[in-house]
Amino acid sequence: MTDTMLIYKVILCVLVFAVSLGAAAYMTWGERKLAAWLQDRVGPNRAGPLGLLQPIADGIKMIFKEEMIPTHSNRWLFILGPSFFMLCACMTGVVIPWGAGWQMGDTLFPMQVTDINIGLLYLLSVVSIGVYGVMIGGWASNNKFALLGALRASSQMISYEVAMGLALIALVMMTGTLSLKEIVAQQDAGFANVVYQPLGFIIFLICAFAETNRAPFDLPECESELVGGYHTEYSSMKLGFYLFAEYINMFISSAIMASLYFGGYNFPFQHELGLDGNLLTAVQTAVFFGKIFLFIFLFMWVRWTLPRFRYDQLMNLGWKVLLPLAIANIIITGFVMLFTGKLG
Amino acid sequence: MLFGADLLNLTRFKHVYEFMSNTSHLWDYFPIVIMALIALGFVVTTMVLTHALGPKRHVKVKEEAFECGIESKGNARTPFSIKYFLVAILFVLFDVEVIFMYPWAVNFKELGVFGLWEMFTFMGLMIVGLVYIIRKGALNWD
Amino acid sequence: MLTEYAFWLLSFIAVFSGIATIISKNPVYSVLYLILTFFSIAGHYFLMNAQFLAAVHIIVYAGAIMVLFLYVIMMLNLNQLEVEKRSNILKMLAVASAGLLLVILSGAAHTADALHVNPNKVSPAGMVEDLGIALYRNYLLPFELASILFLAAMVGAVYLSKKNLNETQA
Repeated sequence: MTDTMLIYKVILCVLVFAVSLGAAAYMTWGERKLAAWLQDRVGPNRAGPLGLLQPIADGIKMIFKEEMIPTHSNRWLFILGPSFFMLCACMTGVVIPWGAGWQMGDTLFPMQVTDINIGLLYLLSVVSIGVYGVMIGGWASNNKFALLGALRASSQMISYEVAMGLALIALVMMTGTLSLKEIVAQQDAGFANVVYQPLGFIIFLICAFAETNRAPFDLPECESELVGGYHTEYSSMKLGFYLFAEYINMFISSAIMASLYFGGYNFPFQHELGLDGNLLTAVQTAVFFGKIFLFIFLFMWVRWTLPRFRYDQLMNLGWKVLLPLAIANIIITGFVMLFTGKLG
Repeated sequence: MLFGADLLNLTRFKHVYEFMSNTSHLWDYFPIVIMALIALGFVVTTMVLTHALGPKRHVKVKEEAFECGIESKGNARTPFSIKYFLVAILFVLFDVEVIFMYPWAVNFKELGVFGLWEMFTFMGLMIVGLVYIIRKGALNWD
Repeated sequence: MLTEYAFWLLSFIAVFSGIATIISKNPVYSVLYLILTFFSIAGHYFLMNAQFLAAVHIIVYAGAIMVLFLYVIMMLNLNQLEVEKRSNILKMLAVASAGLLLVILSGAAHTADALHVNPNKVSPAGMVEDLGIALYRNYLLPFELASILFLAAMVGAVYLSKKNLNETQA
């Protein structure tokens, strides 16, 4: 790797990180405004015009709050839980293709931090180890409610990971590659993958809701049950990390769904516009962010519309409904590809 | 037993595999390390900042475990239901199944009809296991 | 150059966290050090161009099996290790047998022919595509037998927990 490419990658890393954090911060504002609109009230409008400085005010408030570490709890594990959760949330942004490449001189600069050829497996592995942040945080609190909440949250997350992996298998059968850049590039030629894999998309969407602990699957952290779930004992920035990492997970899940199933940065008739290379890339990136915000709107809309699942309904859905459906999806995809002659 | 280099000659995509396989992809993973370092730096800085900037008023009652105001009795580490443990075991088994299916799905078009049937045999046995588990009621009332 | 530094760093982390797994008194710390060991071994897999194996190692070992271990530790009251007093004879016997194993292993490693692995030659067998072709064309029978093994594991898990499930449901 040449030096310019290395410096470019470092800058791109910092940029992706900053965009994830900024998007997550303003998603808190967006959520409160959307909730207010759905509930026929105004939402935050004091901090700055339209309440736009509210996330910054919240961040500063959280930094200045008191850090309480409960007695009889394990001090280092208590700090490690939310830190690890935040770390895992930030690591997924490296493989998402944020746009096509752009030319400067004769080098092509990609808009994906790294294009590893096992991109989908990397995403699955980061999701798999994200469970530890919740478990360690809940256990280290030395609180019965927190432990029960952590146990339930981690059981929920691992149950839906299987269905998520299986839904992606049907997609990989069609694309023949695990690299996210290839999957997005293949959707330029035909239709977006959601047309070929509607059931897979629905399964993946439901699993994304469950993995981000987002309503209607937010039983582990709601206030009416289990006090606060696994973040009962947390205060100040550690609590801030748990909540913030949840929003980053939501943002990244939206980006992944947009890339895998909705064509990523491609949009219809993009080549007929006759735009110049770099300008086309810029428009594609803007369209990609538009798709991401549509999915985020969907996440928030569902949260404020649907009631929450009971725990046994949640586990039933994960193991007895989604898992057989995902397996059926694979079998159907296999047979359809066999009979339309795409095999061999 | 055939090893990797011999297998390359058996596939129709030989030229693709030769290009992809014989180059080292190690530098692809370096930006991941960079991102990890950036995220770690941010997390550590924020943690140190909050510890330094927040007030510290140690009151004994404030630092006990929170149970809606009721005094907590006993240790938090009491044994819990075995259903969670069973869910974790089943997760391991199905996760390994999903992992086995990934190389098959990537090579789905090359492996043809025979590959389809061999994977359906594998999946059939896993489905038998799943049906057995559901019928035995191991996944109820979780 | 850089791969050498990476190799030494990963090996150091692996050995250090392996030793820390054994000697730490808190079981949750042991599990966390073991997870760190798994990550460093996965790093070694990346250095050998076995990317699929590295990702699978993290997903299955560090992501699934260690979660299982953590559940056990959280569910049992293992927040502090209670080591009962063992007799001195038993400790001496343990040291003697471990030392014997060390002597045998080092003797075997000394007299065996070392595999001449060329670190500069990139092996193609680690990529997902090649691995898939090898697994599903040449190693089909072990693969199908593995599925029977999974079935046996599922039946065993359900059977072992069935007694407790019946007790809680009654």
